[in-house]
Amino acid sequence: MLVPAVISVPAIHNEDELRRFVRSFSGVDAVGVESRVAKLGTRSLKKSTKMSAIDMAISMVDLTTLEGSDTEGRVTSLCTKARRPDPSDLAVPSVAAVCVYPDLVAHARHVLGDATVAVASVATAFPSGRASRNVKLLDVADAVGAGAHEVDMVIDRGAFLAGRWGQVFDEIVAVKAACGGAHLKVILETGELVTYDNVKRASWIAMLAGADFIKTSTGKVGVNATLPVALVMLEAARDFAEQTGQMVGVKVAGGIRTTKDALKYLVVVNETVGASWLTPEYFRFGASSLLNDLLMQRRKQRTGAYVRPDEFSGD
Amino acid sequence: MTDNSLTSELGALGYDAALESASLARLQPSYGLFIDGQFTEPSRHQQFTSINPATEETIATVAMASSSDVDVAVASARRAYNKVWSKTSGAERAKYLYRIARLIQERSRELAVVETLDNGKPIRETRDIDVPLAAAYFFYYAGWADKLEYAGYGPNPQPVGVAGQIIPWNFPLLMAAWKLAPALAAGNTCVLKPAETTPLSALILAEILQQAGLPEGVVNIVTGDGTTGAALVDHPGVDKIAFTGSTEVGRLIQERVAPTSKRLTLELGGKGANIVFDDAPIDEVIEGIIDGIFYNQGHVCCAGSRLLVQESVADEVLRRLLRRVDQLRVGNPMDKNTDVGAINSAAQLERIRELSNWGEQEGATRYTSSCDLPAKGYWFAPTVFANVAQSHRIAREEIFGPVLSVLTFRTPEEAIAKANNSKYGLACGVWSEKGSRTLWVAQRLRAGVIWANTYNKFDPTSPFGGVRESGFGREGGRHGLEAYLDV
Repeated sequence: MLVPAVISVPAIHNEDELRRFVRSFSGVDAVGVESRVAKLGTRSLKKSTKMSAIDMAISMVDLTTLEGSDTEGRVTSLCTKARRPDPSDLAVPSVAAVCVYPDLVAHARHVLGDATVAVASVATAFPSGRASRNVKLLDVADAVGAGAHEVDMVIDRGAFLAGRWGQVFDEIVAVKAACGGAHLKVILETGELVTYDNVKRASWIAMLAGADFIKTSTGKVGVNATLPVALVMLEAARDFAEQTGQMVGVKVAGGIRTTKDALKYLVVVNETVGASWLTPEYFRFGASSLLNDLLMQRRKQRTGAYVRPDEFSGD
Repeated sequence: MTDNSLTSELGALGYDAALESASLARLQPSYGLFIDGQFTEPSRHQQFTSINPATEETIATVAMASSSDVDVAVASARRAYNKVWSKTSGAERAKYLYRIARLIQERSRELAVVETLDNGKPIRETRDIDVPLAAAYFFYYAGWADKLEYAGYGPNPQPVGVAGQIIPWNFPLLMAAWKLAPALAAGNTCVLKPAETTPLSALILAEILQQAGLPEGVVNIVTGDGTTGAALVDHPGVDKIAFTGSTEVGRLIQERVAPTSKRLTLELGGKGANIVFDDAPIDEVIEGIIDGIFYNQGHVCCAGSRLLVQESVADEVLRRLLRRVDQLRVGNPMDKNTDVGAINSAAQLERIRELSNWGEQEGATRYTSSCDLPAKGYWFAPTVFANVAQSHRIAREEIFGPVLSVLTFRTPEEAIAKANNSKYGLACGVWSEKGSRTLWVAQRLRAGVIWANTYNKFDPTSPFGGVRESGFGREGGRHGLEAYLDV
């Protein structure tokens, strides 16, 4: 096995050591996690708190289009919106990144030019991950070669569920190496891992293998990001940072469509892992329709009135 | 002396005040006694004030019932029992209870605000726990009213008659529901005496009883202090006394009831042990400890006020616990984001301070949340004592405040021995991922309620009550009917 550099976590040389280490953590109590987020979900954000939370959420969006029908025109539109989400209000921050398939990375880079918005690309036979390691690495090389700043890979859920954790680990290490300077986000596809114990273990495997971010979902399966899953991943990231001194980001993706939902995630981050994660560097929303709701609520906060949804562009 | 390096970055997204509106309470300036279906003036025209413990402002004036008022209330309850309620079928009684439950739901926001203003507990808790649970108890016992013959107490169980019910200040409305719902379902009539510092939600409940059309005299509510309660306990016309409150007062009541034919149930103090084994799910353990001791400012008889943690994980648990304690939002109970509200009274605050000072004197290590406390009102910052010995006062006596005592153990046997080494026996918590151990430990704990991997969870279907100096009798569930049936 490849050994990434980590501080004060035992060096992992083989699958047995990995298994022993990851299993040394306590389990997760499902009832407890769900009641914790339910309670945090009742937090009431008002006035300036709400306004700054909305701006924070906008700046954390990975504006995403991952459709078979994507076109260069659509990506152009998305990039324009990513830079300047609300052309009528220049105080609205840019989003963190646009997220596209590898073949559209070069176009996105071209459109964005020197904008601060990063280009993220899914890779590794997204969303299923059902391809050989070589194909996955070529997919990554393709995206990085086209100029992707960030790579969103999927783990091999089949291998994870079968207990072949070493394989999952090695693949992440290999992809990380293929990323070069690009940031690696590791998608756990928590909807397929099902239990919180699995989510916690997969989070640790990904972080130990060198993930810069751990990400909930592809958005392509039945169950995507949920608050309790986000909490379990955030707690894992916090514990990892405490042990290693390295901060790993968390990205929630899929199914987050409203400002209300987004603010609940920010509250969970705020009250469980704290301010260090409350920046686009360490927390992201993978979303498409969320942005317009954030813009609409922002306008409502500013002017006291709702505008028509069509005030904001579709893509 | 909390180590701030652990806690520096939590809660960076400061929350603007999100205040619930106090005007929703629609409080009247003064309230009379609720006797024979009407609000009446007390015979001696004595009154007392109810204050908001978060601001020390008077929020209403309430009648002080004398022993002659208690006479009138008991006579009214007896008349209603003989003439109406004992002749009302179970199905009819159920209709009233369902109606009361629905009216509590309809007026839930008002009740939550009243409870928060009068008690000092956070609006989040009154809104999400106290009021919905109060309605749930009425709904639950409504279901039993016409099924008493299937409750396991024989073919035709009879009510006991007039019940005198004395309730505490920590869950004013919820305790009224715990007392009234089973009593009425079983066919009794009631004289209810709310706590001196928190009489208001019971008086709103009286309005609800009027709205529900409950026959006159079936429930009478007499507000007052300890003398009012004593008059009720001593009244020869009362068939049963149900008391929830301190062990000290419970003992007095038991002495006075002993030479009479009155039935008695007591739900008294506690010093709940929350036992954490080394395999427990640690992040959820921390939340469970927090819920166990800081819920309702620790004004909970079953609070998990003694944390027994396995030595091998004690440092880790304490470190995470302190980080979390520092993050509790303490302050204005009317703010929807407040976690810990005001201490209910100056007297209670004094008691918490006194026992906490004993904790320091006896050599425990004190950690106090760095939260800011409001200038006015009764406040006590969440506090954790580590290195507590079994012989310390803070390990033995009920503090009834936001103060946790942390002890350690090495083996399951030691945990059980320490947990049981208490004069109380109300509730315990067991935290472990190993079901067999949880059950083994639970079988050996002497307590009425044992929670596994959770704490302070209440449900109308589940019986609640203690052993030893925590009292006797059960409230809730089928078991809760027994206290109000002639069995």
